[in-house]
Amino acid sequence: MLNTQDILETIEMIETDHLDIRTITMGISLLDCSSSDGNVFCKKIYDKITKKAENLVKVGEEIEKQYGIPIINKRIAVTPISIAGGSLKYDDFIKAAKTLDKAAEATGVNFIGGYSALVQKGSTPAEDSLIDSIPEAIASTKAVCSSVNVATTKAGINMDAVAKMGHVIKKTAYLTREQDSFGAAKIVVFANAPDDNPFMAGAFHGVGEGDTVINVGVSGPGVVRSALAKAKGANLAEVAEIIKRTAFKITRVGQLVAREASQRLNVPFGIVDLSLAPTPAIGDSVARILEEMGLECCGAYGTTAALALLNDAVKKGGVMASSQVGGLSGAFIPVSEDEGMIHAADCGCLTLEKLEAMTAVCSVGLDMIAIPGDTDADIISAMIADEISIGVVNFKTTAVRVIPAYGKTVGDKISFGGLWGEAPIMKINTASPSVFIKRGGRIPAPIQSLKN
Amino acid sequence: MKSVITVTGKDNVGIIAKVSACCAKYGANILDISQTVLQDYFAMIMLVDVSKLSIGFSAFVDELDALGAENNLKIHTMHEDIFNSMHKI
Repeated sequence: MLNTQDILETIEMIETDHLDIRTITMGISLLDCSSSDGNVFCKKIYDKITKKAENLVKVGEEIEKQYGIPIINKRIAVTPISIAGGSLKYDDFIKAAKTLDKAAEATGVNFIGGYSALVQKGSTPAEDSLIDSIPEAIASTKAVCSSVNVATTKAGINMDAVAKMGHVIKKTAYLTREQDSFGAAKIVVFANAPDDNPFMAGAFHGVGEGDTVINVGVSGPGVVRSALAKAKGANLAEVAEIIKRTAFKITRVGQLVAREASQRLNVPFGIVDLSLAPTPAIGDSVARILEEMGLECCGAYGTTAALALLNDAVKKGGVMASSQVGGLSGAFIPVSEDEGMIHAADCGCLTLEKLEAMTAVCSVGLDMIAIPGDTDADIISAMIADEISIGVVNFKTTAVRVIPAYGKTVGDKISFGGLWGEAPIMKINTASPSVFIKRGGRIPAPIQSLKN
Repeated sequence: MKSVITVTGKDNVGIIAKVSACCAKYGANILDISQTVLQDYFAMIMLVDVSKLSIGFSAFVDELDALGAENNLKIHTMHEDIFNSMHKI
C-alpha cells in the first residue's frame, strides 16, 4: 500500500496549500481556415474550434474529479489570427475576435488566446490591421486574449511596434475604463514569445506546432512556501533542495493530468509548463516564498537573489518530473495576482525598478502592474522597450502587461476580482523618453544571437 | 482501477462502519485500511478497487463527499495514480 504520510502530504498540499492545476490549454491550428472573405474565415474558425475543443471542459472536469485535484481553468490557444487571417482587414479582425469569443462560450472555456501578431522584424498589412484592432477587439469581447511579439534575440527589437503598443494599451485601458481598465490585463507584449505557452494572456498556438496539442500549466507557490516554513534555519543550498523536491511533486501532477487529458481527448501531449503561478489567495504567493526565505518584505535587497534561487530550483526539480517541458517555465511575479506582491507594493517596499530587476532572473516580466491612467503612451512604450531588451539580451522570454488605469493615480487601487486580483497604482518615472521612442526603426539583434 | 479514500476529522464512533457501508452499497471492494492520528486529526486511509462500481466514479465521489459533510468529516476519494506520480520516481 501507499505510504500514509505521502497520501496525507498530497491532501494537505491540495486542501491547505492551494495545489492545483492552473490550466489545461488546448492548442488548435487555424492555418487551414484561411480565406480572404472575413465571414468565411469566421465560420471556419468557429467550426474548427468548437469541434476540436467540444469535450475539453468535460474531460477537464472528469480528471478533476477522478484525481481530486482542482483544475482551475480550461483554455484554448489558436494560431495567431494575423497569420491565419493573413488577407483580412480591420473589420474582419473585429468579427474574428467576436467569433473567438463565441467559440469560447460554446465550448465553455475560460479564455481563448491567439488574437496575436508576431512582428519582431517587421509587419504585414494584416498584422498592422490586427494590432490596430486590438483595443476594439478586447473591449468588445470577454474571453479573448491578445499578445504581440515585438522582439526576439535573433531578430532584434521592432521599435515601431513597441511605439505602437504603448498607444494600443492606453486605448484599450480607456475603452474598458468602466471595468478599471481591465482590457489592458488581456494584452501582453512579448520578447521571445514561446509557441506552446499555456498561460494567459500570452498563449497562442505557434506555427511550428501540430494541428492540435494539449499543454498544461501547474501552480503551487503555496506548497513551496509551506515546505520552506517547515525548514527554518536551513542554509540556502538546503532551501534549493527543498524547492526542487517540491517542484518535482507539483510537476508530476501536471504531467499526470496532461497525459490523461491527452489520452482522453485523443490530442497529442505537448508540454508541461513548470511555472509557479500565484493567486490572490492568502498563502498562494511567490512573494511570500521569498519572505519565507528570510526577507522582511518582497522588494527588499536580496529579493532578486532569492528569486533567482527559487526560479532555478523550480526548473531543476520540475524538469525531471515531466517528459516534455516548455512554455514559460519559471516563477511568475504578476503583482495584482499575488497576495504578497500586492502587500509589498502597497507598503512601498516593492517598486517598479525592483520588479524590472527581478524579471531578469525569472519568468516572465512586468506583469499585471497598474500605473497611473494619465501615463504618456511613449512612457509605456519605453517601459516595454526596457523590459523587452532584458529578454533579447539574455535569450529569455520577457513580457509587459501593464494597466494604465483610466482616471486613477498613485494611491488609488484597481480591483478585477477572481484570479486577476487587485493592484495599487504604482509610481512611475515620468521623465520623457518620447524622442527616443519616436525615432522608430529596429534595434539590431545582439551579438550573442550569432551562434552559428 | 484503484482509488484511495482518505477520511480526516475529529474522532467519532462508527466512522469506519459508515464509510465501509457506503463502499459496500456501491460495490467498491476494500483492499486495505490504515488509520493514524496526525496533528490531533483522525485520519483513515482506505485503498479500494472501484472497477466494479454500480454507479459512475464521479457519483461515488459525490456520495462519499456528502457522507463526510453529514458527519463533519472530510472525505477525499482520489485515483491512486496521483499519489504514485507524486511520490514515486
